Amino acid sequence: MTDTATIRQRGRRLTQAAVVLLCGWVLGPIYLLVLNAFSAPDAVTGFPKRWLPGFDLHSLRMFVEFQGVAEALWNSVLVATLTMILSIALGAPAGYALSRFDFRGKTAFRVLVLMTRAFPLPLLALPLAVMFIRVGLDDTPLGLALVHTTLALPFAVLITFSLFSGLPVELEEAAWTLGCNRAQAFRKVILPLVLPGIAASAIFAFVISWNEVFAASVLTVQHRTLTAFLLTSLDVSPLPLKFAGGFVLVLPALIFIFAVRKYLFAMWGIANR
Amino acid sequence: MFSRRIAPLVMGVATVLAASVAQADVLFWSTQAKPIEETQAMRTNVLKGFDGKVDYQANDGGPWLTRLQAELKAGKGSIDVLGGLHGDFSTLPEGLTDLSALDLGGAKVNPGFMALGKLGTGEQKYIPWMQATYIMVANKKALPYLPAGADINALTYDQLIAWAKTLDEKTGGPKMGLPAGPKGLLHRFLQGYLYPSFTHSMVTKFESPEAVTAWTKLKELWTYTNPASTNYAFMQEPLLTGAVWVAFDHTARLADALNKKPDDFVAFPAPAGPDGRGFMPVIAGLAIPKTAPDMAKAKALIKYMLQPSTQVATLKATNFFPVIDVTLPADMPASVRASGAAIAKMSGAKDALPALLPMGLGQLGGQFNQVYIDSFQRIVLNGQPIKQVLSDEANTLRAIMKKADAPCWAPDAPSKGACPVE
Amino acid sequence: MPSRGLPYLLLMPAAIFLAVFFLYPFTLVAWEAFSGADGGLTLAHFATMAGNWKFSSALENTLLLAIAVVPIQTAMALAMAVLVTKIQRGRDVVLYIFTIPLGISDLAAGLIWFAIFDQTGFLNSALHTLGVVKEPVIWLGYQNRWVIFLAVMLAEIWRATAIMLVILVAGLGLIPKEYSEAAEVFGAGPWQRFRRVTLPLLRPSLQTALILRTILAFEVFAVVYALGGNNLPILMGQTFHWQFDLQDYHVAAALAMVILGISIGFTLVLLRVLRVPKGAGI
Repeated sequence: MTDTATIRQRGRRLTQAAVVLLCGWVLGPIYLLVLNAFSAPDAVTGFPKRWLPGFDLHSLRMFVEFQGVAEALWNSVLVATLTMILSIALGAPAGYALSRFDFRGKTAFRVLVLMTRAFPLPLLALPLAVMFIRVGLDDTPLGLALVHTTLALPFAVLITFSLFSGLPVELEEAAWTLGCNRAQAFRKVILPLVLPGIAASAIFAFVISWNEVFAASVLTVQHRTLTAFLLTSLDVSPLPLKFAGGFVLVLPALIFIFAVRKYLFAMWGIANR
Repeated sequence: MFSRRIAPLVMGVATVLAASVAQADVLFWSTQAKPIEETQAMRTNVLKGFDGKVDYQANDGGPWLTRLQAELKAGKGSIDVLGGLHGDFSTLPEGLTDLSALDLGGAKVNPGFMALGKLGTGEQKYIPWMQATYIMVANKKALPYLPAGADINALTYDQLIAWAKTLDEKTGGPKMGLPAGPKGLLHRFLQGYLYPSFTHSMVTKFESPEAVTAWTKLKELWTYTNPASTNYAFMQEPLLTGAVWVAFDHTARLADALNKKPDDFVAFPAPAGPDGRGFMPVIAGLAIPKTAPDMAKAKALIKYMLQPSTQVATLKATNFFPVIDVTLPADMPASVRASGAAIAKMSGAKDALPALLPMGLGQLGGQFNQVYIDSFQRIVLNGQPIKQVLSDEANTLRAIMKKADAPCWAPDAPSKGACPVE
Repeated sequence: MPSRGLPYLLLMPAAIFLAVFFLYPFTLVAWEAFSGADGGLTLAHFATMAGNWKFSSALENTLLLAIAVVPIQTAMALAMAVLVTKIQRGRDVVLYIFTIPLGISDLAAGLIWFAIFDQTGFLNSALHTLGVVKEPVIWLGYQNRWVIFLAVMLAEIWRATAIMLVILVAGLGLIPKEYSEAAEVFGAGPWQRFRRVTLPLLRPSLQTALILRTILAFEVFAVVYALGGNNLPILMGQTFHWQFDLQDYHVAAALAMVILGISIGFTLVLLRVLRVPKGAGI
């Protein structure tokens, strides 16, 4: 018994060490971004670098005061939200169908879904823009969200597919025998269990839309998203501004992930704790 | 729970629909003044004097062109005025309005530049907007290492090589820098500086023995050049960090160094070779796409952009110089004073040899540049034999010139029909 | 089960959506890859593409990068997912930290890692401060292509492992703890439990994570561009180059078709190797 106890303890220590190490690996580079964003221009270009920020807000202020940032931020949020809703609304039913039924064209559909992700979007931007200008979707958040949804849809379809596949059909069938119809069984039994998958799909949709530059710069003019507004100019701006801008762009995405993180864990049921 | 979630969505959709109704600003779709501070300066300093609101949008070449092409193809657009480099426009002359009859409000634009704006057609496709060129900048720490007897304002390529060599040996590593990164403008150095200086030509003598000498010299210079140069696009950055002490680049891409630390840097002319001091101007122009929603406002904006006071404000904002004759006020940024003096010395030098931007290449402009970039990468980076690379690339160049049917431009002698590659 | 039409009904919205917003523009672009000057079919654009002196190295680098990065990411994501479910306190904080790179665009990631490996960057600063080097080392010079490759690998692993992690964590949540406990009762060690219980049950999520990650790996661009410039040509970079710099839309479309072909090829292999039975699993 003492043997297993020491092994357990050692295992726990190992786990803790691994967690600390991995957190360091992830946070290290983030720290450098924050450090540079909060340092004076001289410190950013200087050598050797300092390891503590000077809390110089000069570069960051440039972005906050940039004319039109607030509006662009709002557009970004709007487009990302629409993308999230669209990709889940379209993707989750498809994922369910793929996991529960065998039917002709199943593989073809899966390949079609993946093709949208495997083809470089900037090449599609021209025909899409022509189409949007003709039908009046041009320069609207909805139009851009539709394009971003083609990028996010594969994630939504495949992730929900894999989650539904992981759920035993018996569970659903049990609910039917207990008097639920198919829709009720889905909503009361299945949905809560696949919430993590839907949360993951939502995160991907949001982040993909948030960070997409090319379609955003082509398809929005008066209603630019934050990335289209800032990022195109970022790679040619002086170094300190690059970091400050990078930080400004990263922050909202991090807040969003923070807000939905807990849905990534299955809430109850057959899952662990 | 669901109604709470859906409410914002409905509001969102409402804004979406509302959004497509309201607008009226003049949309200025540009590839220039992209760095965030320059965009800001364009909006707040340069365009605020215009009668009407201007929405200045600076983009990468890719989205800029894609959007423009989409509008032309759809036959309906929202772009009123285009701002871009000569090369940006040369690919789509048929989509641009003829501006020959445009009233410029008495502004006298350099006639040589006006001719470039015709893009090889009979119409005035773009109006020159601003100009720049390439110069050199050095950290003052590098000056003590200049070769004996060398005048920094009249350097030769041999002296530059000797200087770079001494720097490499005495300061612990190569300190010469060239903008050879993917977004760098090295091809203009090859076309407008190296080739004219050694061959008095840009196209015709592409594979001549003189060209072989030029590439040999460049290879030698490269051995004393910071190898991180293949990542550089804006030499102001490595100059500021101290990774590079001597650099060649576009005036606008050196400005930040000259402005942030005016006492640390000097600007000076590009070096000279046996055939003279080759140099090349860069022209940005203004055009109106045929699909512009408000032609009258667009024309008024171009006229406004060419007024002396706007041209001076543009210089302050972007480090691009006026295309009309204006006297500059005294309160110019350090970068303008320093690079202006260097340009004056370069163009006024006894051995000055101006080269023009490629003309009449149309859509092949990118492939024309690629010939020079490929030659550089093959000869200098990959160490392939010079003669063989040049004869390979000469074939490509010949095909491009034939396909475009473009006659020679300076410093090559005028040709009848396509410019020959000897 | 009833209603043979149900699956089609469920698929229809997504299918119609993709037909309008993807298949239609895609067909137009794909046509460019095969259409000649005379309007007929031709493979000339593929020949031009393959004849370019950078094509083979771009293809090689793209494949090598995917092969080097994806397996490491799979292993790391699995380890991280299992770790996260093992911790009792602060689990969601740890998961949050692990997923932070998700929110970082590839452009920003390229920027960060460039700041590390740049000549006057953080790596050299650290080495300099520790007295390991006297003069800053030029890490990303064109002569050390393998250093560039390594830097890109690190940056990609850092940036994109979270994509797999999130999918795996969501999948792990569905595996009943009782299975693992039962196995433990029968004397299975932790490694055995992972191999024999967790891994097979995780197969649907693992498959999804692998497919998505592999496809994204073939489209890698911004990070390579930031760290390697032109020194590490890759397919996506070449596609943009033909499209926007050289403005030869035919060749650009041909390159895009190559990327698509490779991605679909790998996807079909992964679909076969990690086949998920219908209504699977438990």
